Amino acid sequence: MEYVVEMLKIRKEFPGVVANDNITLQLKPGEIHALLGENGAGKSTLMSILFGLYPPDQGTIKVRGQEVKISDPNVANDLGIGMVHQHFKLVHNFTVTENIMLGMEMTKGLVIDHKTAAERIRQLSQRYGLNVDPDAKIEDISVGMQQRVEIMKMLYRDAEVLIFDEPTSVLTPQEIQDLMAIMRNLVKEGKSIILITHKLKEIKAIADRCTVIRRGRLVGTVDVATTSEEELARMMVGREVSFAVEKTDRPPGDVVLKVENLSAYDNRRIMALKDFSLEVRSGEILGLAGVDGNGQTELVEVITGLRKAESGRVLLKGVDITGHSIRERIRMGIAHIPSDRHKHGLILDYTLQENMILKVYDQTPYAEKGLLNREAIAEYTNRLMTEFDVRAGQGASALARSLSGGNQQKAIVGREIDLNPELLLAVQPTRGLDVGAIEYIHRRIVEQRDKGKAVLLVSLELDEILNLADRIAVIYNGELVGLVDAKTTNEHEIGLMMAGGQRGETA
Amino acid sequence: MKKETGQEYTVALIAVGFGLLAGAVLMLVTGNNPLLGFFYLFSGGLMNIARIGNTLATATPLIFTGLSVAFAFKTGLFNIGAAGQMLIGGLCATALGLTLPWPKPLLLPVIVLAAALGGALWGLVPGWLKAKFNVHEVVCTIMMNWIAYWSVYYIVPAYFKGAYLETESRRIPEAASLKVDWLTRIFKGSYINLGFFIAIIAVMVIAYILERTTLGYELKAVGYNRDAAEYAGIQANRNIVLSMMIAGACAGLGGAAFYVGYASNMQIGVLPNQGFDGIAVALLGANSPWGVFMAAIFFGILHSGKGFMNAMTQVPPEIADSIIATIIYFAATSVLIERVRGQMQRRRQAQNKADLPLDSEAGLKENAGGAE
Repeated sequence: MEYVVEMLKIRKEFPGVVANDNITLQLKPGEIHALLGENGAGKSTLMSILFGLYPPDQGTIKVRGQEVKISDPNVANDLGIGMVHQHFKLVHNFTVTENIMLGMEMTKGLVIDHKTAAERIRQLSQRYGLNVDPDAKIEDISVGMQQRVEIMKMLYRDAEVLIFDEPTSVLTPQEIQDLMAIMRNLVKEGKSIILITHKLKEIKAIADRCTVIRRGRLVGTVDVATTSEEELARMMVGREVSFAVEKTDRPPGDVVLKVENLSAYDNRRIMALKDFSLEVRSGEILGLAGVDGNGQTELVEVITGLRKAESGRVLLKGVDITGHSIRERIRMGIAHIPSDRHKHGLILDYTLQENMILKVYDQTPYAEKGLLNREAIAEYTNRLMTEFDVRAGQGASALARSLSGGNQQKAIVGREIDLNPELLLAVQPTRGLDVGAIEYIHRRIVEQRDKGKAVLLVSLELDEILNLADRIAVIYNGELVGLVDAKTTNEHEIGLMMAGGQRGETA
Repeated sequence: MKKETGQEYTVALIAVGFGLLAGAVLMLVTGNNPLLGFFYLFSGGLMNIARIGNTLATATPLIFTGLSVAFAFKTGLFNIGAAGQMLIGGLCATALGLTLPWPKPLLLPVIVLAAALGGALWGLVPGWLKAKFNVHEVVCTIMMNWIAYWSVYYIVPAYFKGAYLETESRRIPEAASLKVDWLTRIFKGSYINLGFFIAIIAVMVIAYILERTTLGYELKAVGYNRDAAEYAGIQANRNIVLSMMIAGACAGLGGAAFYVGYASNMQIGVLPNQGFDGIAVALLGANSPWGVFMAAIFFGILHSGKGFMNAMTQVPPEIADSIIATIIYFAATSVLIERVRGQMQRRRQAQNKADLPLDSEAGLKENAGGAE
């Protein structure tokens, strides 16, 4: 048996768009096969066909050499195809075992047989190096661990082919390392993996072969070992992509944001930010590096006014804004690309145009004397959509909920940058975006800097910080552990500080 | 900017259809002819101008309370207190009507305003408690209902005692009534009164606030996603209080329409049903102002027609109440109706590759999740 899954000449058409056009993907047993493509390239459609959510218009699917018709996800499950979704589907107040059993509970008489199930989970966990505690409650375990529970669900159902849908988008760098180790274990034990992603680094790190699709068409399948990141990017985007952000040296100007001895609680009333001080100058990008959950969120929320400071001060251009309202801070020139686009960034049940005016809805020309001006709002939205390449099926009046994650993110970034703020707080600004869009957004952020504005960039992706920032501050456990010049530092040094290693101030 | 109302109306119509169907089954089971039953039910509400007038008069308080519930709901608040707000609105109106010896053109605006203010006050308290201490508005509005109930229980006998009965107030003078001669004459002596026109104005004002103003934008933003609203600098607490006040004012106006329009005195010991029916009206009307208007009229027809149906056939009036209850039931389970509809649509799409959004990536992912 040469291939475990073959999707041959698949075509799927939706009204007005060919989502998949003559795409062939062949998965060898025991390989990690990456499926690479930009947002909207047709990756999800292709996988939905394999998972039985859509019938293909043309083409055939073979599993272990046999031609099959996958009419619904249950058929896919029976064929040993399992999917680890990007957004987990877990019951939070259930234990790991209960979640895994859900839908196929073993019974002993009338009672659910937890014990046998837990034992099986323990065995699987050991075999694949998942390290999952069967008795832990979902709400008590980390995101990375929750993802392992999702993987375990598939293993428990004897899946032979695992589809990972953008699995690293929710993980910290350390968790990504762990996940990769798990994936290696899985293939070593004979499983086959399809990895949907647009992160080239991960493909290089873990995949054997890579199928690239662009705008619904197959670009090609390549051996990862003999293909460079640049080539992969070119295949995906269809043109040369520059990874290094072009950035001219320029001396920073006056201090725009000054944070003095700030302390703040997190949501659990634990001190998350301790005596934190920082300065961001005009014309510079200050990168804040750190592992997720070390006080970055709290710092940004205190600066924007979403969270109360317990002590310390926040100054914007010399004015103490510690007691100012959120609205006052926005008017004074603080823009904020939030890390959680569904919680803070968008009102999902509002249309795109209603979301675009979220911070200016009461300003002329969008409103006059308390009345909304729909023409001005639509016009403004259309301009931003063109400028930031936000794509929506029904244009400006599409519900924000109906947009893909990448387009939602571009809409938020567009809205915030267009405020032309004195201080831009960019938290994970390129989360979930593909290479082309990342390039564009990075360019816009650098543009803000070149216009003499201040940018505080908070990112969990070290590459992003190293590429963009002029200076890099590292936060660990709510404290500033180091402040370095981006030109003279490297990934290793910052990585050490992110883990709590001290280093003297040099910048 | 709204685009989904069409679908919501379809759901409402399906709910109505199921309700009527259930009513038909009930009539069959009780040995009656459903066609005849429905004929008399709707005739009772619509067959002549006087009955139409009564239907509209019955619907009027429901428009107000439905509007009240729907409006609060837009801000993410569940106003179960429309009954109490209505009582207080009615009490304010009645009290002024019995106290001020003013001519009608002067008195009526004052009465209407007082009713709105009374209701707004009754909405302000739960709104403020919610904003300040995060007290759940459902608990709080229920409590406010009983405070209103007992306030009326005390105040009416103590200050506005009726001529013969301890349990009701004196009749309000003609000058204080929303009933006007010309309207009563047009509708051949029915109960219809100016309250109906105030209700239409209220529907228009609420629709305008929600759709066209920055205030409506803020209120809905807080309702849909409080975190994002706060992120944008919108003061969520202020909007919660404001929303409950406006909702209360609507219900208060309903109190005026009922106690100094439809009726002409207040009884003690009754929490008006219309307060709770308002929840059903809002539900059936999909929380949109004009939807509420139509739902209230429909309930008005059923309520005012059931007596006639009972008189002309052997169908007990409880059947009409059952129909209403079934409709509420189906409106409440509209989620289910929508899901079945969605499934049917998807199946159709799968067959003839019909209408799918261009931007299908996100939708596909969600579907992928749902079908696990």
